Amino acid sequence: MYRESRLHGEFFMQGDIACAEGALAAGCRFFGGYPITPASEIAERMAMRLPLLHGVFIQYEDEIASMAGILGASWAGVKSMTATSGPGISLMNENIGLGMMMEAPCVVVNVQRGSPSTGLPTSWGQSDMMQARWGSHGDYGSISLVPNSPQEFFELTITAFNFSEKYRLPVFIMSDALVGHMTEKVIIPPVEELKIINRKYTDKKPEDYLAYDYGEDLIPDFAKAGDGYRYHTTGLTHDKRGYPDMTFECQNELVPRLVNKIKNHIDDISLTEEYDLDDADVIAISYGITSRTILPAITKAKKKGIKVGYLRLKTVWPFPEEKIRKLSENVAGFVVPEMNLGQISLEVERCARSNALVKLVPNPGGAIHKFEDVLHAIEEVAHGK
Amino acid sequence: MENNTAQLQEKFHPVEDILRMDRMPHIWCSGCGLGSAVTAFVEGLNKAGASYDKTAIVSGIGCTGRVAGYVRLDSYHTTHGRAIPFATGLKLANRDLTVFVFSGDGDLFAIGGNHLIHAARRNVDLNVICVNNFIYGMTGGQNAPTTPLGAYSSTAPFGNYEMPFNLVGLAAASGASYVARWTTMHARRLRDSIATATNKKGFCFIEIISPCPTVFARKNKGGTGLDMLKEFQTRAIIDHDADPTQIPISMDNEIVCGEFINEDRPTFWENVQAGIKTRLEKFSDWEEMQSNSRKITHKKDRKYTSSRDF
Amino acid sequence: MRYWEKPFGKEKPKTISGEIHIINDRCKGCSFCIEYCPREVLEVSKDFNQKGYHPPVVAKPDRCTFCGLCEMICPDFAIFVTEKEE
Repeated sequence: MYRESRLHGEFFMQGDIACAEGALAAGCRFFGGYPITPASEIAERMAMRLPLLHGVFIQYEDEIASMAGILGASWAGVKSMTATSGPGISLMNENIGLGMMMEAPCVVVNVQRGSPSTGLPTSWGQSDMMQARWGSHGDYGSISLVPNSPQEFFELTITAFNFSEKYRLPVFIMSDALVGHMTEKVIIPPVEELKIINRKYTDKKPEDYLAYDYGEDLIPDFAKAGDGYRYHTTGLTHDKRGYPDMTFECQNELVPRLVNKIKNHIDDISLTEEYDLDDADVIAISYGITSRTILPAITKAKKKGIKVGYLRLKTVWPFPEEKIRKLSENVAGFVVPEMNLGQISLEVERCARSNALVKLVPNPGGAIHKFEDVLHAIEEVAHGK
Repeated sequence: MENNTAQLQEKFHPVEDILRMDRMPHIWCSGCGLGSAVTAFVEGLNKAGASYDKTAIVSGIGCTGRVAGYVRLDSYHTTHGRAIPFATGLKLANRDLTVFVFSGDGDLFAIGGNHLIHAARRNVDLNVICVNNFIYGMTGGQNAPTTPLGAYSSTAPFGNYEMPFNLVGLAAASGASYVARWTTMHARRLRDSIATATNKKGFCFIEIISPCPTVFARKNKGGTGLDMLKEFQTRAIIDHDADPTQIPISMDNEIVCGEFINEDRPTFWENVQAGIKTRLEKFSDWEEMQSNSRKITHKKDRKYTSSRDF
Repeated sequence: MRYWEKPFGKEKPKTISGEIHIINDRCKGCSFCIEYCPREVLEVSKDFNQKGYHPPVVAKPDRCTFCGLCEMICPDFAIFVTEKEE
């Protein structure tokens, strides 16, 4: 039963279902969630599939419990995941901070919808991007991946699990209701062809093991509950043994490490899709479903003779600062269409500094960008306004 | 016979091998009952024959929340109120573990109240030990959901006028399999209770009533820790047949202790497994279950090309 | 005629007795052990320990019956009993 329960082949599949299948292909065997439109389908699919793969599905009483639950499962050595939308992430933020502090690998899917507050439950938006980076209190490194199709939702879910296992933190997948609910062709390769990374377990003996001792890569080795290591881990600022230590020295060692753990490995984590960047005058930076909806505008602008480059961010956080900085030296400006009122455009502005114009094409959510707005923005930037 | 100093110890306290002695002395006040609760916990584990490697302890925030940091098991000090869902995830992901949740009355019943009643409803195989000192101790003595009517606390300077929770009643009404209440004075009965809970499947809840000399007693003219224990001794009666929903605690009534509920109910995981088995017997063809994604079959193999070429 | 039968043939019945070990510097002077010892073996000492508390001291060592209540009720892991070898 175990082997036949793996999907393999070409499917006409909804985005949310593709995400669930991606998680299962990556080895996720624990899902703790709470229903919320538009992410409920992920929970429903996991509820159906996990028991056959000897996994655990639990519908918790709220999102806060879901996030705590997947951290607990992660410490038992099982890959775990939850899926929610904007309001759920707001609730989960405290425990996301706990996951960052405890360095517990897990994946959090945010199928964004119209925000703020209850917003547009059945419509789309991309306005939680900054929350993915700064949602929980304090300084920590963060990884967010943004798919733009069900096929990519499948692939990036596997990538998200790989990053979470490698870098030991909760990784966000920032989808949106459009990608989550659209049905497209998804090719699922056989399991043997997938690249799966698992967390690095320690090979030290229990007497020598320190829960948060790290090497050059700043990532501690993992030990799971029940193996005899009998470690302690806490949300308080802790030293290498995992014991709370309320001193400046300890905070100064721990918190910069949490940030640098991601910063130092940005080349590995940052994934982009680029076309025609070399001689572009204007570069359109987009992510998620917006990257597909602006394509007609780019084609039209090219026909009008404007040299438009296309940069799609598959990894929005950590933001590819160096790349944008380098690009800003050679272009007239950037056009940042996004389904919010300016979040990633702020990052682009920060990196471009005064080298290039940055024009935001805002959209509060609920409908995709109008073709004319994006085209006008590209034309304005190309003509130096 | 001899009074040994710590440096010249020839023999060691029996609980020392399971405590993190490199973190001693602990932060709890003189006269606090938490140390007694921890000793009872350790003795209970020993009596039940639990394997230290396969026991995990999760706690929340507060004075009781520090217990995880002092016990040398796989221990997790999580966020305020979220110890129970964390422990649920830990237990379900590795069902060989015996998972204890050790937390305080405010952590488990105020901010964590929702999680407690749902875990009890599901009958997840957890052992929850709630140390009830009727106040929020670590943060300086604020009102707790168990502060008795009329008691003083730092956020109730005119006296508490909210009806307190009856913790054992709430746990029993939510569906726990094992419900008990003891005070820290009932050292041996508490140890036996914890030993029973360790080997019992299902949601086991033990309330331990503990003195808090530094805030609760000081604000309510309770005296020292010893005076509070003497008060517990006077007021406590043991009645295993009492209805747990009918035994609240006020400032001066009798404290009814005992093992009120000790039943065998199917746990969450057992119910899940039974449900899947029943369903699969009806639908033996697995293909039928993937009803919302259609597999595409081609007459001949075609390479997938991107529709986004431009 | 034998009037008195010795129980189990022994001279006098065998009782367990305990040897109390007190770790002075851990004690925080709560007096739980002194109060709850059923045989009143312990009493408050006149000396201070390093923290400034008065730890217990064994006043009547022969009365200890190795019940272990002091060990179980001490919140600071500062007192324990071992069985006295005869």
